[in-house]
Amino acid sequence: MMPAATVLADLHRAFRDELLRHGLLISLGVDGLYGRGGAFENVIERINAAISTIGDPDRPEVMRFPPGIGRWQLEKSGYTRKFPQLAGTVYSFFGSDREHRALIETLDKGGDITVGQQMTQVALTPAACYGVYPTVAARGRLSEDGALVDVYAYCFRNEPSIDPARMQMFRMREHVRVGTHEQTVAFRELWMRRGRALVESFNLTLEVVVANDPFFGRVGRLLAANQREENLKFELLIPITSKEEPTACVSFNDHRDLFGRAWSIETAAGEPAHSACVGFGVERIALALFKHHGFAPEDWPRDVRDVLGL
Amino acid sequence: MFKIHSEIFNFGASMAQPVQARVRAVLKESALLQADVESLADDADLYAAGLTSHATVNLMLALEEAFDIEFPDRLLRRRTFSSVNAIAQSLDEIGVYKEAA
Repeated sequence: MMPAATVLADLHRAFRDELLRHGLLISLGVDGLYGRGGAFENVIERINAAISTIGDPDRPEVMRFPPGIGRWQLEKSGYTRKFPQLAGTVYSFFGSDREHRALIETLDKGGDITVGQQMTQVALTPAACYGVYPTVAARGRLSEDGALVDVYAYCFRNEPSIDPARMQMFRMREHVRVGTHEQTVAFRELWMRRGRALVESFNLTLEVVVANDPFFGRVGRLLAANQREENLKFELLIPITSKEEPTACVSFNDHRDLFGRAWSIETAAGEPAHSACVGFGVERIALALFKHHGFAPEDWPRDVRDVLGL
Repeated sequence: MFKIHSEIFNFGASMAQPVQARVRAVLKESALLQADVESLADDADLYAAGLTSHATVNLMLALEEAFDIEFPDRLLRRRTFSSVNAIAQSLDEIGVYKEAA
């Protein structure tokens, strides 16, 4: 049976408070937004190193992006059509001295900063791979080998929550394959085996299930049904605060030619390129480790510490 | 109730034609397919004819506006929009034939 929402909320709050008390996370006064303490960050680095150990032999091209991308890139990728509720656009003050004066008066009266605010050209990165497609597209037609990219970025989703595993700003480590349908299918199968083996080596229980993205609204239900019917997304779930509602920690996505068409990426044969990605939610994996093996990494089981080099 | 109704109206293709024709008109107006809408059979697979998931959303919204309806949750799936006939059948299910009559 599903735990009642209030029970779940209590579990989330209790876990979050423990993480804060141990200095693993640092409160920033907004649900889902945290600083990271040294011990937490060290685990994040060790998880990333473990992913590199698996992925590096494929010789991916490494790309690192800031937590922001061009707003036009977000729009061109279709993100703002499908996930307007999650997208974050950066605003700033574009006013004159007169509006600045009005702003100060408003702030002095306890108002908010909306006076003179306009959208900038910057949007917050929603998933690490969003910077990859325009970059690959700008190089022209793919070679026979296609593209393989190792990418890592802070990502943003507008979904404040007290669940520490549902952060608004978090990091995603991805490998992205762009090429033919056969290449992307083989890539995803390979990483589904690798992802499972990696999480098992951390002594964590897991299951892999068909999933869908959190598309907005009624239109979103249609998109989600399509995605599920075609097995385009699998998630590797690990129970963190609840066995009944385990948390998606790794996802394996087949985009078909969605980004290939959006960015006019062509295969060597001149067809719209397919793409696929595996995304590791590194904070979520770290939280699962802390939840199951304790708040002190030095006390974790020997085999887990060995895998992580701790 | 709608089932019985649709059986009555499915006796003659001429009676069923208006909904199929209106679906075609929506498809054509929304320019979601690269293929020629007129040359597609009523049972032709629209996904095979180039209807992307992106375009399915636009098609759904265009149909809701054209027929002044809301597809219920159970019809918000790939199959609903897979052909002109499939769309007409879904519209039938939510009572569009009745209104057209």
